[in-house]
Amino acid sequence: MLLEVRDLHVEFRTRDGVAKAVNGVNYTVDEGETLAVLGESGSGKSVTAQAVMGILDVPPGKIAGGEVLFQGQDLLKLKEEERRKIRGAGMAMIFQDALSSLNPVLSVGDQLGEMFVVHRKMSRRDARAKAVELMERVGIPAAKERVGQYPHQFSGGMRQRIMIAMAMALEPSLIIADEPTTALDVTVQAQVMDLLAKLQSELNMGLILITHDLGVVADVADKIAVMYAGRIVETAPVHDIYKAPAHPYTKGLLESIPRLDQKGQELYAIKGLPPNLMNIPPGCAFNPRCPLAQDVCRTDVPPLYEVSGERGSACHFWPEALNG
Amino acid sequence: MGRYVIRRLLQMIPVFFGATLLIFLMVNVMGDPIAGLCGERQCDPATAAQLRKEFGLDKPVWQQYLTYMGNVFTGDFGTAFNGQEVTELMAEAFPVTIRLTIVAIVFEIVIGITLGVITGLRRGRPVDTGVLLLTLVVISVPTFVTGLILQLLLGVDWGVIKPAVSPEAPFNELLIPGLVLASVSLAYVTRLTRTSIAENARSDYVRTAKAKGLPRRRVISRHLLRNSLIPVVTFIGTDIGALMGGAIVTERIFNIHGVGYQLYQGILRQNTQTVVGFVTVLVIVFLVANLLVDLLYAVLDPRIRYA
Amino acid sequence: MPERYDPDEAVAPTGAGGVMDLATSEGETLEKLPGGPKGTGPAELDPSAPSGERARSLWSDAWRDLRRNPIFIVSGLVILFLVVISIWPSLIASGNPLQCDLAKAQEGSQPGYPFGFNGQGCDVYTRTVYGARTSVTVGVCATLGVALIGSVFGGLAGFFGGASDAILSRVTDIFFGIPVVLGGLVLLSVVTSSTVWPVIGFMVLLGWPQLSRIARGSVITAKQNDYVQAARALGASNSRILLRHITPNAVAPVIVVATIALGTYISLEATLSFLGVGLKPPTVSWGIDISSASPYIRNAPHMLLWPAGALAITVLAFIMLGDAVRDALDPKLR
Repeated sequence: MLLEVRDLHVEFRTRDGVAKAVNGVNYTVDEGETLAVLGESGSGKSVTAQAVMGILDVPPGKIAGGEVLFQGQDLLKLKEEERRKIRGAGMAMIFQDALSSLNPVLSVGDQLGEMFVVHRKMSRRDARAKAVELMERVGIPAAKERVGQYPHQFSGGMRQRIMIAMAMALEPSLIIADEPTTALDVTVQAQVMDLLAKLQSELNMGLILITHDLGVVADVADKIAVMYAGRIVETAPVHDIYKAPAHPYTKGLLESIPRLDQKGQELYAIKGLPPNLMNIPPGCAFNPRCPLAQDVCRTDVPPLYEVSGERGSACHFWPEALNG
Repeated sequence: MGRYVIRRLLQMIPVFFGATLLIFLMVNVMGDPIAGLCGERQCDPATAAQLRKEFGLDKPVWQQYLTYMGNVFTGDFGTAFNGQEVTELMAEAFPVTIRLTIVAIVFEIVIGITLGVITGLRRGRPVDTGVLLLTLVVISVPTFVTGLILQLLLGVDWGVIKPAVSPEAPFNELLIPGLVLASVSLAYVTRLTRTSIAENARSDYVRTAKAKGLPRRRVISRHLLRNSLIPVVTFIGTDIGALMGGAIVTERIFNIHGVGYQLYQGILRQNTQTVVGFVTVLVIVFLVANLLVDLLYAVLDPRIRYA
Repeated sequence: MPERYDPDEAVAPTGAGGVMDLATSEGETLEKLPGGPKGTGPAELDPSAPSGERARSLWSDAWRDLRRNPIFIVSGLVILFLVVISIWPSLIASGNPLQCDLAKAQEGSQPGYPFGFNGQGCDVYTRTVYGARTSVTVGVCATLGVALIGSVFGGLAGFFGGASDAILSRVTDIFFGIPVVLGGLVLLSVVTSSTVWPVIGFMVLLGWPQLSRIARGSVITAKQNDYVQAARALGASNSRILLRHITPNAVAPVIVVATIALGTYISLEATLSFLGVGLKPPTVSWGIDISSASPYIRNAPHMLLWPAGALAITVLAFIMLGDAVRDALDPKLR
C-alpha cells in the first residue's frame, strides 16, 4: 500500500475554543490509483491532506492522534528534516489557486528549478534546463522563452500547469491535488484534468483528488471517500456510488447536481447548514439535516458499516439509504 | 518599465514646485527678509528700500518665487546672514547630516529588520511581546527626551561618548546621535517588518514552498523575506528625506553643525535665503529618495515592472 | 511625529507613502476585478441591507473583542483618567500651577510636594496634573481637525476619482515633502500668542494630508466591494452610496489612524516647545516644562522626568488604544 491514513485526528486551537477538523479519518491509496475525497468546505478534506503532507500550521493546528503510513513508514513519527525530504520528492501537492500559490517575485523557472537545486543538488543552470523540460512536458508553448517569466504573466490554465509541473518535477509516487480545477474556466478544467490523469498513468502515481465537484470525480477517480464534519461517511468504488449511494448525505450531494433529464424540476438542496466544528452534534454529525434520522442517530456515532466488499457507510440506516 | 519611470518623474515636477512654493510662502509669512541684512541694528528706511529693490522684494510674491527658482537652477542660492554664500553653508552642513542619516539608516536596517523578522516569526511568544512593548515605549517617548537622557547617561555620567559632537563630526561620534535620530523610525521598521512577515508567513506561496520540501531557512530567506521586505524597503527609502529634515532636534541636542543646525540658525535670524535654500535641497533629496524607492520597488516586484 | 508615523502599517501592509500611491494609481492591474454577478444576489432584495449588516457586525465583533483585550482596557482607563483630570484638575491637585516660590527652585521631593519643585520653584506635581489639560486639548482638537478635513477631502477624491483625485494626490505629496518639525519652526517662529490655537492650527495644516491618504485608500477599497457595485447597478444615487454603503465601511481605518495620530500630536507639541516655537508660558504644558528643565537634567532630573513620564504614558495610551482597535477591526490578523 502506498499511503494509509489510520484514525487521523486534527484539531485547531482558536480563541473561541477547539475546532475538531478531522475526527478519525481512514483511507488508503495504492500506486496508480486515484482516490477522490469529496465534501463541502469545512468537511476536513483539505486539512487531512495538509496533515498527510506535513504542512499543517502548528499551532493553531495540532495532530491529535492517528498514523500516516507512507510506503510503510509512519510519517508522524519522523523527524521534521526526514519529513521535509519526502515532501516534494516522495509526495507532492497541487493547490487550488495557482496565482497565489506561486511566489509572485520569483520567475517560474526559478520556482521549478528550485526542486532540483534543493532535492537533487543540481546547479542552477542544469535546474533551469530541467525547468524548461518540465514546462514542455505539461504543454506550455514556447517554454524556453517563457521560463524566465513571472506567474502573473501566465494565464490561469498555464499557471495551474506550472503547479502540476512543479509537483511532477521529482516524479513523486503520490500527488495530492487540492481542488486543482476549481479556480479555472470550465473548458480549461477538462484540459488540466486530462493532463493530470495522463501524467499519473505515465508515472504510475497514486493521486488524491480533493474536490467538491462530483462531475470531475466520475471520469478520473477509482474510488471515492465522502467526508462530513471531519469523518468519512461513505467510501466506495466510483461507479457504485453513482448508481446507489449508501449514505443520505451522499445521496443529497448527488441529487443536488443539475441534470439535463430532469429539466423543469426544482433542484434538490440538502436542508440546513454544515455543523460548527467547535460544537459537532452528538451522535451522527449529519443527523440535524438527515431525512432518515431516528433517535439512535442523535445519541450513537455510527461506525463505518460494511456495505459490501469495498463499500462502507457510516449510517445506522444504510440499507434504507441504499434502497430508498 | 520605461513608461513607469517617466510617469514617476513627471509626477515629481508639480510636487517639487508645490513644496518649494509652499515653503517660500511660509518663509514670507515668517518675517522681513532684509531684517537680518544690516547686521544687528535696524536698517534705515532708505537702505531698506534700496535693498528691497535690489533683491526684487518690491515685486509680487509669485515673481519673487520665479526669480528665486531661476537663480537656484543656475546654482545661486543667495547669501546667508553673515555674508557667506548659502551654497558654502550647504557644503559644510550637508556632509555632516548625510553621515548622520547614513548611521541612522544603517541602524534601521540592521536592528529594525532583524527584530522585525524575529518577532514576526515568533508571533505571540515572549520575545515578540517584549520587543513590541519596547517599540511602543520608543515611539511614545519624544525623541528629544530620549536624546537628552542618552546624552546624560552615556556622555556625562558614564563618559562612553562625547556629549557634544566635534565640528568635523566623524562617524564614530555620530553613533549615538544616529541611534537617537533613528529611534522612532527604527521602532516603526520593526513593527512593519513584523506585520509583513507574519502576514506573508500565512500566504499560499509560503505553504507551497513548504510543500516543495524546502528547508525552513530557504523558505524564509528566499520566499518569505523577499516578499515581506518590499514594504519595509519602501518605508526606509521614504524615511531618508524625513530623517534629514527631522535631524533638527538631534543636531540641537548633540550640537552637531549640520543641516538642522543651519536651518535653526536661519530661522532664528530670519534669514529667508538660508531657510528656503536648505529646504529646497531637502525637498529635492526627498523626491529623489522617493523616486529611487519606486524604482527599487519595481526591481523587487516584477508585477510592477511588467505592468 | 506625524510624518514619521507610517500610515500603511495601520491599515494594510502595503508599505509607506510611495507604495500606497502605487497600490492605487499604478496598481489597478494588480487588483482582482470586482467579483462580477456573484455578489449581486443578496443585494437584489435591499441594496442597503448588506453594507449596514456588515458594518454593524464588524463593529459589534470588534467591541466584543475589545472588551476582552487587556491592552484596550488599560489604555482606555488611562485615557479616561486623563480626560477627567483635564476637565477637573482640582480633583487630585489642590495647588495652583502658577504659584511659585523661587526659594524652593529645583528642590526635590518633600512632604506635600511628591514630585518636588521646578526651576522657578513651582510645584511639579500640580504642574504635571494641569499640563494634562493642555496636552489633551492640543491632541483632541488637532486630531478632530485633521480627521475632519482629511477624511472629507480624501473620501471625496477616492470616491469620485479622476482629476480631483489626481490633484489631491499631488497636493498630499507636496505636504509630505515638507518635514513637519521644520514646517513648525518656520510657521510658528513668528507667533506671539500664548494660546494653544496656533499650534493646533499648524498641526491641522500639516497633518490633514496623512489622514486624507488613509481615507482615500479605504474609500477606494470600499468602493470596489460587490454590494457597492450592486447598489450602483440598482441606480442608487452617489450621496446614498457614499453615506450608507461606503462611509460605514471606510471609517474604521480613519478612526484607528486618528487615535494613534492623537498620541503623536501630543508628542509633537512637546518637541515644538523644546525647540522654542510651541506653546509659551503662562500656558502650563508638559512640553514647556520638559523643555525648561532640560538644561538642569543632570542636577535636578525630577523636573524633567515627571512631565516626560506623564507625556510618554499619555502617548503610549493613545497608540495602544489605536493598536487594539485596529487588531479588533482587522479580521485578517486574527
